[in-house]
Amino acid sequence: MIERIIFINGQEKRVSGEPEVRLLDLLREGMGLTGTKEGCGEGECGACSILINSEVVNSCLFLLGQLNDGDRVETIEGLEKDGRLSVLQDCFVKRGAIQCGFCTPGMIMAAEALLRKNKKPSPEEVRESIAGNICRCTGYSKIVEAILEAADRR
Amino acid sequence: MKYFKPKSLTEALDLLSDEKTRFEILAGGTDLIVQWRSSPIKPNGMIDINQVEELKNIVETDEYIEIGALCTHRMIAQSKIVQIHLTPLSDACRSVGAIQIQNRGTIGGNIANASPAGDLPPALVVYNCELELSSIYGRRWLRLRDFFLDYRKIDKAPEEMITRFRIPLPIEYTDVKFYKIGTRKAQAVSKAAICFGATLRLSSGQAHEKIIEKISIAAASMGPTVVTASKTEGLLTENEIDEDLIRDAGRSLANEFHPIDDIRSTAKYRSTVCGNLLVRFLKNL
Amino acid sequence: MLYVGQEVRRGDGVEKVNGSAKFIDDYKIPDMWHGVVVRSTSPSGRVIGFDFDSSFDWSKVVVATASDIPGKNAVSMIEDDLPLLADPVFKHVGEGLLLIAAPTRELAQKAKSSVKVRFEEFKPTLTIEDSKKKKWVLSHHEINKGDLKKGFKEADRIIEREYSVGHQEHIYVETQGAIAIPRDDGVMEIIGSLQCPFYVSNALKEIFNWPENRFSVRQSIIGGAFGGKEDYPSIICGYAALLAYKCKHPVKIIYDRTEDIISTTKRHPAIIKYKTGVDKNGLISALDITLEMDGGAYLTLSPVVLSRAAIHAPGPYRIPNVSVDATTFATNTPPNGAFRGFGAPQAIFALESNMDEVAFEMGISPDEFRRKNALIIGDTTSTGQRLKESIAVLDVLEEAMSSSQFVNKYSDDSKWKKESSKMRGIGFSLFFHGGGFTGSGEEKLKSRAGIRIEDDGGITILSAQTEMGQGSHTVFSQIVAHTLHIPIDHVHVCVPDTAVVPNSGPTVASRSTMVVGKVLLDAALRLKGEIDRFAAGKFSARLSDLEWRGGRLFVCGDEKSSFRELSSQYMKEKGVTDFIEQYILPEGHHWDDEKYCGDAYPAYSWGCYVAELEVDKDTLEINLLDLHLVQDVGTVVNPVLARGQVEGGAVQGLGWALLEDFKMKDGKVLTDRLQKYIVPTSLDVPRLNVKFVEHPYSKGPYGAKGLGELPLDGIAPAIANAVFNACGIRIRDLPIRPEKLL
Repeated sequence: MIERIIFINGQEKRVSGEPEVRLLDLLREGMGLTGTKEGCGEGECGACSILINSEVVNSCLFLLGQLNDGDRVETIEGLEKDGRLSVLQDCFVKRGAIQCGFCTPGMIMAAEALLRKNKKPSPEEVRESIAGNICRCTGYSKIVEAILEAADRR
Repeated sequence: MKYFKPKSLTEALDLLSDEKTRFEILAGGTDLIVQWRSSPIKPNGMIDINQVEELKNIVETDEYIEIGALCTHRMIAQSKIVQIHLTPLSDACRSVGAIQIQNRGTIGGNIANASPAGDLPPALVVYNCELELSSIYGRRWLRLRDFFLDYRKIDKAPEEMITRFRIPLPIEYTDVKFYKIGTRKAQAVSKAAICFGATLRLSSGQAHEKIIEKISIAAASMGPTVVTASKTEGLLTENEIDEDLIRDAGRSLANEFHPIDDIRSTAKYRSTVCGNLLVRFLKNL
Repeated sequence: MLYVGQEVRRGDGVEKVNGSAKFIDDYKIPDMWHGVVVRSTSPSGRVIGFDFDSSFDWSKVVVATASDIPGKNAVSMIEDDLPLLADPVFKHVGEGLLLIAAPTRELAQKAKSSVKVRFEEFKPTLTIEDSKKKKWVLSHHEINKGDLKKGFKEADRIIEREYSVGHQEHIYVETQGAIAIPRDDGVMEIIGSLQCPFYVSNALKEIFNWPENRFSVRQSIIGGAFGGKEDYPSIICGYAALLAYKCKHPVKIIYDRTEDIISTTKRHPAIIKYKTGVDKNGLISALDITLEMDGGAYLTLSPVVLSRAAIHAPGPYRIPNVSVDATTFATNTPPNGAFRGFGAPQAIFALESNMDEVAFEMGISPDEFRRKNALIIGDTTSTGQRLKESIAVLDVLEEAMSSSQFVNKYSDDSKWKKESSKMRGIGFSLFFHGGGFTGSGEEKLKSRAGIRIEDDGGITILSAQTEMGQGSHTVFSQIVAHTLHIPIDHVHVCVPDTAVVPNSGPTVASRSTMVVGKVLLDAALRLKGEIDRFAAGKFSARLSDLEWRGGRLFVCGDEKSSFRELSSQYMKEKGVTDFIEQYILPEGHHWDDEKYCGDAYPAYSWGCYVAELEVDKDTLEINLLDLHLVQDVGTVVNPVLARGQVEGGAVQGLGWALLEDFKMKDGKVLTDRLQKYIVPTSLDVPRLNVKFVEHPYSKGPYGAKGLGELPLDGIAPAIANAVFNACGIRIRDLPIRPEKLL
């Protein structure tokens, strides 16, 4: 058993468990944050994307032991502020960038990571930033449009 | 499971020196965690080196560019030093997995994993990269091309750890180019990845013909490990670039490697494409 | 309140972007156990027995085998040939043999690795060729029109070609999963990631030998389906229910990606031969098609997939003499089943490649050749269906030709081609897709759906149609709110639950909007009529004095009441809550199952897709530049959702055309992970130019026709034709990999 003190969606949390526990399982089972999804378990689909210290990672390939004290972990549940959707989330709804919704949380986290670093990304940069997130429903165009609109509105 | 998280290199090397604590080294984990999950045998312990800060630097000196083993693909791709001097290495890092993987996967892990399809070795080999192996007994440097022995076999003792990479300066080549042919446009394992480096000089005669002074070729997914092409290099070295030479070199390279048919591609395609890409590279010189 | 044709936001948008949407693996139920499946590892053989490792504590888990099945060991679909658990003979790798439930996933996995299956192996049959020799026919259909011999006699040229396509795996991003809850009241409650709740309850009825009312099957939010969750969920729900029955705990089963790829259904591989006769004028005089599909180890839905393939194979052309000979063969591979397009994409790849080849051989431009032969109103299809309305073949063709500037780009010396250092090419396909079930399917099904007035006068839509991302629930709300002239947020769609909703049939076959949407429209119209008369009586007004605006009632211009108020009063006074209607095929619709001819579908949607691409001279990599996607799906109820269907379907189509190379060896799947089975990423998708040409269908709700499957049909042949135009190489087997261009 190991223990880490980290911030999850801004709140300080003490987390403990076996070091080889995947962060994905810690979030979903341990903390009830089921917005983060598992689609492949090997870092190919991006459905489990979350932010650690503002960088997007696959939580299925991240072990509890790899966390450091003080790390800032952000999941889809942390994007709403005071019960209101963030601009990025709202753009996904508005532009019809969602269909089944299973890839959506990971997709939004990947886009969030991009927009924090790059305020005005080009369409090509947007596409590159979500190339690790498989969506089988939309054909991606509307997702790209939603992210570009969010960049404009932020 | 035993889980060690050393805070310094010395501490990490100490753990490796003792058979009781000599567990597999966990860097980014993007390859290892996948392998553990699909393997029936789970490791008894790990040495997570993520807090060994001294291995996370990219430095430029007069003699070399040094890259710490824990630098992620993302750090290397975005490093100004790398972008200026080693553009193809930056390209190669950007072609590894997707951003999620680039943020976690490290150059040390990529090399230690020794995948025959690794994206980084071709460019590193062309740049004559050396790597440092450290243990409590000391450090040794060897050329990356000598580090890979055979399919997933590397010249590393159990108590050793990859710590640094060095690329000698000035860069020997005037032109270096990296090509990756993947199964799709992003997040792909390569069918073939190849790097060419060449230095030209103009002939002393009136015609000012271009002569290849030096050339280096290294490729991934073309053999059990990163492979070089000494025969084709020999054919080109100290020769004047003309259409005949370009054609012959392309043919030579297409015959020099011995790739296999596998799930991603065919031997024939891989060889043909490498030959064609050399032709493209030479034509653009 | 006008909603039809508007960009109404989808109802489930917010919960899907804030992470609160509950997919099946997100459910946590008290005392829930986890189920795992021990599977066959060989393609053909017989189980001799199971060895349980004695070092494992088996008292902590529950094991179920075929002998625990209370009813029939069969998953009822068209036939009962597919066992829930193979006993003792198994017919493909990945077939379920034994089930284990344990309090945790880890323990269940550990138990699974402590079981060894002892079995003897038989020699497997793995290809259509081998199956043919053994005459392992699963199903057969023939279509005959006119006189083939005469047609070929009239032909100036006869061209024969063979095409083939491989499997396609759905790769819904959410793998299959289900939870079974054995309730105290004796009901087995099922929640699942599934398209067709009534398919599951029908199957469970037989497995348990219980009456239908002892099952309540409802969908969770579904992370993609595409047909992959049409037939297969009956199996995984069967597993979960059997384990729950035995261990007396709720049981959850979630497949991991590899398990999902190796054991669930896929698109049928096919070999398709075309013999095409063309007369001097460029008119097709005869078409002889042989279609062979690999059905895998069991029948599943193969006969209907085959039927749709056969009917779509002659395409949207006027051909006097046609024969289609279609057969599905059995092999020792996982059963193939429903996948968006349902047989049509295979047939249309062959058809539209063939039409291009024939035009080229005849020296006629591909667009002109299509123009000469395209169906128009009054023509009959290959099944003898006379086309009466909503026929847009030529319109979609012309629109696609002009928006892509096809003619300017097509010729070898075009400016467009010359301005690139790569080999540029342009190609297209012209195709149709029948909406709803084939032939007498809708007549047999008699879909029932409707609306309910709630206490507060709100409206609930009752249908078995599942929302799986396509937007059916938003579209239904639009149709109902539009008809009732009420705000859309007064309309709620009930989660499909077999214990609650009427059976409006499965969510498949591009039928939800056209068929069930029509039933809902009828129900809403009936309610509207009732409320109108009720209001007229109440306010002593004539019907013509009533005017509805935004759910408010005006009588002779004065606001009197609201729809909500009136419907609530109506319900209480009359004691009527539910308005259920049944689908009726248009008058005169006739299909002959024996002769396999007649009106194959109530209506067809039409598409013309153009691909522009370039081929790298050195690497032969194919880079798509543009896809022009022009279609007629009748009235577009929701433009954003409709565009989503087109773009998503097109990208699945381009994956199948270029990337998705499903590989097996000795009956085992080699491409058993996402790292090996390559689907398109955001960077693999070109510009998508979507256009709708609207030819409303008078019997569809507000003129709407089927949409969901059409977009997958036409991509592969458009790309194959563009590749030929770019580099002169005709690829007749999918996927079109650069390796094949060497």
